[in-house]
Amino acid sequence: MKFTYYPGCSLHSTAEEYNLSNQAVFRALDIELEELNDWNCCGATSAHSTNEFLSHALPLRNLVLAERQGNDVVVPCAACYNLLRNADHHVRFGGEKGESLNAEIEAVMGSRYRGEIAVRHIVDVLTEPEVLKKLESKIKKPLEGLKLAAYYGCLLTRPPKVVSFEENPEQPCKLDLLIEKVGADSVRWSYKTDCCGGSLSISQPELVIKLTQTIVEAARYAGAEAIVCACPLCQANLDTRQHEAGGGPGGSTLPVLYITEVLGLALGLPGSEQWFRKHLIDPAPLLKSLDLLPAS
Amino acid sequence: MENQEAKVLPSFELVKEVEAKSGQPVGRCYQCKKCTGGCPMSFAFDLFAHQIVRYVQLGLKEPLLKSKSIWICACCKTCKSRCPNGIDISALNDTLKAMALKESAGAAEGKVAAFHDAFVSSVERYGRVHEAGMLARYKLKTKTYTQDMSLGIEFIKRRKLKLLPEKVRQLREIKQIFQRAKEKSQ
Repeated sequence: MKFTYYPGCSLHSTAEEYNLSNQAVFRALDIELEELNDWNCCGATSAHSTNEFLSHALPLRNLVLAERQGNDVVVPCAACYNLLRNADHHVRFGGEKGESLNAEIEAVMGSRYRGEIAVRHIVDVLTEPEVLKKLESKIKKPLEGLKLAAYYGCLLTRPPKVVSFEENPEQPCKLDLLIEKVGADSVRWSYKTDCCGGSLSISQPELVIKLTQTIVEAARYAGAEAIVCACPLCQANLDTRQHEAGGGPGGSTLPVLYITEVLGLALGLPGSEQWFRKHLIDPAPLLKSLDLLPAS
Repeated sequence: MENQEAKVLPSFELVKEVEAKSGQPVGRCYQCKKCTGGCPMSFAFDLFAHQIVRYVQLGLKEPLLKSKSIWICACCKTCKSRCPNGIDISALNDTLKAMALKESAGAAEGKVAAFHDAFVSSVERYGRVHEAGMLARYKLKTKTYTQDMSLGIEFIKRRKLKLLPEKVRQLREIKQIFQRAKEKSQ
């Protein structure tokens, strides 16, 4: 199995640990990732908030590049994934508008997007039956006793017709499935897909603190000891804004892990210390208390 | 005295304009309020999601373009996912934001507009977002130097912010995309 890998801007800076754990886990599962040549930013919320053409053309350039490289694209960031899928959908089903966008990108790049590849999120790829089988066969350290809340956020499943790879986008289950596969407990809770306000984190922090507080409290109430996510913006938001929200009882905070960090631990992959050092809320004490940290 | 407000009649020009620009079938809305029911930002909105749609239908342009809600919409698409008529209110908000900036109403939440500007400028310059540079530009614009300072220090300590930007090799293509985007918004 081989994919083109589109990391997105965050994974080269603020979410480097997500990048490292993705590479490590995919390597361990014998899935080859080849980074997309000369990729550009997808434009995120800021592009679609300011200019519609930009919000389609920026991700489309990446799709044209990916098609030249030949394999399906796998994307770890929920926002990048959402925008790339959206551009793909726009060209495939957007009628005249999609056609004219494609013509414009052809004028810029010398080739157009033919729609011969698929855009997939890492959680979608990791929950393919054959990948799950491989994952199961390679588990070295089942994460017994660890209670985790699977947090999907908004852009992995919405809008469902364009992006969702879940059967029921209001009750997604693939992150939970991965958590259970590696032996941890996935708690039942009601805030799986509530938005954390990622795009407003810098410009409206007081609103975002309120949203993250609700999400973290709900996870704690459900009995979770940590939150698991699959998006660098969700992680950054939940990880950085908990202290400002005052934390839970006694100022306690819940670590926020990336799904591939969780899988990496269960697969016994080296490097987890390097990942966890990047978190503001250190997950090491929790993992140590359950004897889940690899001996260093 | 006669009630002046009772004389306000719906105008259909705004709805036509917004439908054309946003591609959203605003006219279909029958005010079931599912959008507002699921909206995580409702607690901070001055106009609720269903009211935004209704105001567009009625042609109440001024309060819409001055609304804070269009700027603090989190763009999470919960409204679109649940709307029985397939209306994406965040896409309406994008259209209304562009109209507010163009028609000199300005941004009711200037910091949000400043952030988007700093973000997009970084992409235009390098093809990728340079987070440290983008934050610096945002802070200069909004003069919010002390806000999130301790967070910034934690990020630097953990080497989560790169000092030097990464650049796309074919920057010419990025510049052309931006050029076309500007021409279209004129």
